[in-house]
Amino acid sequence: MTTPKIQLIGVKKRFGSKVVLDGVDLTIDKQSSVVIIGGSGTGKSVTIKSILGIIRPDEGTILVDGEDVTHMRGANRDRVLRQFGMLFQGAALFDSLPVWENVAFGLIQGRGVARAKARDIAIQKLAKVGLAEDVAFLSPAELSGGMQKRVGLARAIAADPEIIFFDEPTTGLDPIMADIINDLIISTVKDVGATALSITHDMVSARKISDKIAMLYGGKIIWQGPTKEIDHSGNPYVEQFIHGRAEGPIKMAVKA
Amino acid sequence: MNFFASIGRATMAVLAHIGGLATFTGEALAGVVRPPIYTRLILGQMVRIGYFSLPVVGLTAFFTGGVLALQIYLGGNRFGAEAIVPQVVVLGITRELGPVIAGLMIAGRVAAAIAAEIGTMKVTEQIDALTTLATNPIKYLVVPRVVAAVISMPILTAIGDSIGVMGGYVVSVYSLDFNGTSYLKNTVDFAHQEDIMSGLIKAAVFGFIVALMGCYNGFNSKGGAQGVGNATTTAVVTSSILILAADYVLTALLFHK
Repeated sequence: MTTPKIQLIGVKKRFGSKVVLDGVDLTIDKQSSVVIIGGSGTGKSVTIKSILGIIRPDEGTILVDGEDVTHMRGANRDRVLRQFGMLFQGAALFDSLPVWENVAFGLIQGRGVARAKARDIAIQKLAKVGLAEDVAFLSPAELSGGMQKRVGLARAIAADPEIIFFDEPTTGLDPIMADIINDLIISTVKDVGATALSITHDMVSARKISDKIAMLYGGKIIWQGPTKEIDHSGNPYVEQFIHGRAEGPIKMAVKA
Repeated sequence: MNFFASIGRATMAVLAHIGGLATFTGEALAGVVRPPIYTRLILGQMVRIGYFSLPVVGLTAFFTGGVLALQIYLGGNRFGAEAIVPQVVVLGITRELGPVIAGLMIAGRVAAAIAAEIGTMKVTEQIDALTTLATNPIKYLVVPRVVAAVISMPILTAIGDSIGVMGGYVVSVYSLDFNGTSYLKNTVDFAHQEDIMSGLIKAAVFGFIVALMGCYNGFNSKGGAQGVGNATTTAVVTSSILILAADYVLTALLFHK
């Protein structure tokens, strides 16, 4: 049995009195594509940020390649982070830098690649997500939402990461652009041979990009299984979510 | 019961803030000495913080020197001490008004800009993005701004001091009928090196306060546009208050006999 790429064991996190993660257990195998689904505010982002070390979990263990990274800091944390790439929901491009420097940022700052060489790599990566060379010299503010997502994707894959995270990759895009981004996610993940973890509430996207789906509800993973089995989960929560019904066991907090 | 609970909550909030600021300051100071050092970013920030603040600092210093000369002349007139204008102007400008006016101008200009920029980066997840790209946001964003402000402020203040003294000179010579040559001679003879140095030390501390408060409030802003607005306001208000408080403490320390 091979070591899983990422493993979460009993991860708990609360903010003040609000329990967000209440013992999350999740295993992500090498080169698999796992999607976490769940409603807004169920802790999908907190899960991803805990793995990255942006948020520190209160309890539980997070393993990357079998190594405990839960409380890692400083140089060790940076070493682990170098195998990650992440596409943020709002792309989170640095607006003070031109597009190519955004894509090359991890290469220049994190790995000390020379600027000229990093620029060539950036232009190659932009080509992979379907952007022409002239885009490289624009500022992120001059791009449309879909193009920003593509640049964010190019930045995530720039350093050939072993693990790529996608935070709501299709949210806020029109259906056609969403499908283009889905295709790009599939091809880029295959291309670099990476392990992918995505969070989304877009079921079309989830079905398309994943080979395993896990549903987060009430701070726990309440169901997980191969994507093709999601329609036969036998779990009323999953049934309600994937069919988008207002009626069912999931009660949405209307008041915050 | 609710009364005590609210006192407790407020106390905890204040302590959490002080603790947060102390940790943040510690991380920023540690980042100054630990590599990597982003020299390009420091130079860029020096241009933004120092060079672009020259007009506002120069103008305010000029008018401050002018009004100081006028007030001392009018006040001194009551007991026949008008001649003391050049001495008091140079003392007041170099020890107090030069660094404080420059500090307050920088607080308005730079603390606000830093808090707004970093606050926007925070709410748009750009700071998280830095972390995922294995770049320490404190080192990349905070350290260059703090270092640039600490270097730029004494230089700005030295220039402001000169312009402020010239403001006093212009008013004294062209409006109050002082002799220009003896005004300058009195100024140069009277000002000691420690007067000027104390002002420049203050300026460096004020620069540190402004950059730190701008960064800290930016980093702790949450909740979109309104959060960034609040962070900006808090950065300007807290850095202004801290400048005046630090000014008193520094004066007491520097001139302790």
